[in-house]
Amino acid sequence: MSNCLSGNEAVAYAIKQINPDVMGAFPITPSTEIPEYVANYVANGEVNTEYVTVESEHSSMSVCIAAQAAGARSVSATSSCGLALMYELLYVAASCRLPITLACVNRALSGPININADHSDSMGARDTGWIQIYAENNQEAYDNFLMAMPIGETPSVRLPVMTCMDGFITSHAVENMELLETDAVRKFIGEYNPENYLLKRENPLAVGPYDVSAYYMEHKVLEAEAMKAAKARILEVAAEFEKISGRSYGLFEEYMMEDAELALVLIGSSAGTAKAAIDKLRAENVKAGLVKIRVFRPFPGEELARALAGTRAVAVMDKSEGFSANGGPLFAETRSALYDLKVRPYLIDIVYGLGGRDVKTEDIEKVFGRLADIAVTGETQPVYTHMGQRSKEEIA
Amino acid sequence: MSTVYNLKREVEKPARLTGGHRLCAGCGAGVIVSGVLRALNKEDRAVVVNATSCLEVSTFMYPYTAYMDSYIHSAFENSAATCSGVEAAYNALKRRGKVEETVKFITFAGDGGTYDIGFQSLSGAMERGHDMVYVCYDNEAYMNTGIQRSSSTPRFARTTTTPIGSVGQGKKQNKKDLVEILVAHNIPYVAQTAPIGNFKDLHTKSYKAIYTEGPCFLNVLSPCPRGWDYPMAKLSEITKLAMDTCVWPLYEVEEGVWHLSYTPKKKLPVEDFLRPQGRFKHMFQKGNEWMIEDAQAYVNQKWERLLEHTGA
Ligand SMILES: Cc1ncc(C[n+]2csc(CCOP(=O)(O)OP(=O)(O)O)c2C)c(N)n1
Ligand code: SF4
Ligand SMILES: [Mg+2]
Repeated sequence: MSNCLSGNEAVAYAIKQINPDVMGAFPITPSTEIPEYVANYVANGEVNTEYVTVESEHSSMSVCIAAQAAGARSVSATSSCGLALMYELLYVAASCRLPITLACVNRALSGPININADHSDSMGARDTGWIQIYAENNQEAYDNFLMAMPIGETPSVRLPVMTCMDGFITSHAVENMELLETDAVRKFIGEYNPENYLLKRENPLAVGPYDVSAYYMEHKVLEAEAMKAAKARILEVAAEFEKISGRSYGLFEEYMMEDAELALVLIGSSAGTAKAAIDKLRAENVKAGLVKIRVFRPFPGEELARALAGTRAVAVMDKSEGFSANGGPLFAETRSALYDLKVRPYLIDIVYGLGGRDVKTEDIEKVFGRLADIAVTGETQPVYTHMGQRSKEEIA
Repeated sequence: MSTVYNLKREVEKPARLTGGHRLCAGCGAGVIVSGVLRALNKEDRAVVVNATSCLEVSTFMYPYTAYMDSYIHSAFENSAATCSGVEAAYNALKRRGKVEETVKFITFAGDGGTYDIGFQSLSGAMERGHDMVYVCYDNEAYMNTGIQRSSSTPRFARTTTTPIGSVGQGKKQNKKDLVEILVAHNIPYVAQTAPIGNFKDLHTKSYKAIYTEGPCFLNVLSPCPRGWDYPMAKLSEITKLAMDTCVWPLYEVEEGVWHLSYTPKKKLPVEDFLRPQGRFKHMFQKGNEWMIEDAQAYVNQKWERLLEHTGA
């Protein structure tokens, strides 16, 4: 069925169709609408989810951890400071191997406080052991949320999944999109039947030990192995999802990459802008292309290296500032992935869109212009720059 | 079951906290946990929740758990939210026919995890009304990290963050009255107790807390020979002195009605409780008499206030 929904409503609708056991609910712009929609589903008897109106995101994640450990499917939604407040518990969730699903509606982190989109919130959580899947638009936000549980709950994976979409740009924009029938969704998701859980009658379970050095490392290696195993599972679930939806997903999306000489690597809604710019450049015979990263954790390093192997110059566009003084997080991953190529493209990093700073097709064209120069001259300096920031004179 | 307390019958129940845990000899925490869990009806299951604390690191060190029941520890500051989550899962799974039997939810956290860092989580869980019991075993400092002050530490007590020096005289502030704050949450049952005598008070209050529907709170005195600096064999002596000096009164508040559980035959001076403990040693130095006077005045004031509440 075809519908007009905002990104938030699309995710809320996915939650309604899944009818999870437990939801931790706490407001923060721009994800607030998700728990609001679900509250209405509960109030109207459309779901019988245990809807826990906690006093903070910290408790929201704590509730999800405990409920999932107890044998219940748990979900939550948050943004920015809310995700940051969960930080310690994100590690707990992953290390206890609890496949919670969290919708992260990306928003800049304080300070200064800012409610608009960038990826600094979820990028800050990139090393917590959560699978991270990013959406370009409402359709993908919905689809990714539906795929999260079959990925996370698989015995070889058992990791929590964060599905991300850009605040306002995706969460609040209303778009035409396809929804699946609820029966099809329920069949696709299946029942949650963990092997061990707190409320299992036959066998009590203890979760969250004090772990000594003699065991801790083994546990961390198991977690790392699970993250590696997630890659194959993500593709498997995507293939199953294609059968019921007709929509196909990979670890990333390649746009005009077959013969691309100049390419961008980026995440999220800016892909739409980049595609429009590429169409224009292609009409001018510029061999431009795009890799839109969908799965950031596990990071598809080898696959990305293969996709970029034939290019001459690549710009990574980071929608968060990592403050590493060495480029943003996506740049670090991409540069590392390319290292093993015998012949590598030139590589630069452009940090853009912080705190909701707009990016237009002209901005993207300028990046390609710079890549064209680099392809000829080999001059990549400065490797790491910021796009669209104004000079002191302009601000004054 | 018979409601008349019988210690012999109670201790014949299979232990739910087994021996072999790593708490210090003479630690109040183990006695309290066994005592509270013993109040569960034999046929009922429980999920035990811990906040990070001496108790947690001593009773669930991988790969050994001392608990016969299911158990979860998540972090220091979120044990009440964690218990809420287990209870929420129980409600959901029961509604959906996936769990049938009765399961009770009991959280144990130290004073640091309750009065301080877990305070918000506790308040939230109590306000939401989860059917759970929250037990604070109050040893009046952060013991697990090496005896730092908490808002439960009494005035003048020496801790590693309120040391005694040429200027420093131990903790400057009085102990936070957490029980009153919990009473203000208008929850069905709030009580203060201690592992004393034949454990009747602890048992009866635990039973009420476990089998009263809704959120219930117990504050339990948990002497710590390490942190309080007294010989470990003196657990019951110290506990008794805390009660007889009215430093730690036993009382309960049921549906808003206060009730005093114990009145000392003879109210002892506060110094009887302070003297055996190294953490109060400086109070007995010459020139520091005012500290003992202040401590006594504070205990008197709190005790009078309690008597007003209970109408005793
Ligand atoms: C967020 C966080 N801060 C600090 C700590 C370190 N820490 C662990 S246990 C503890 C003290 C526990 O004190 P309390 O709750 O009174 O329990 P006790 O050990 O005294 O029984 C501290 C400070 C932690 N684990 N997590
Ligand atoms: S330090 Fe104190 S609270 Fe901790 S285990 Fe030892 S006696 Fe118990
Ligand atoms: Mg303590």
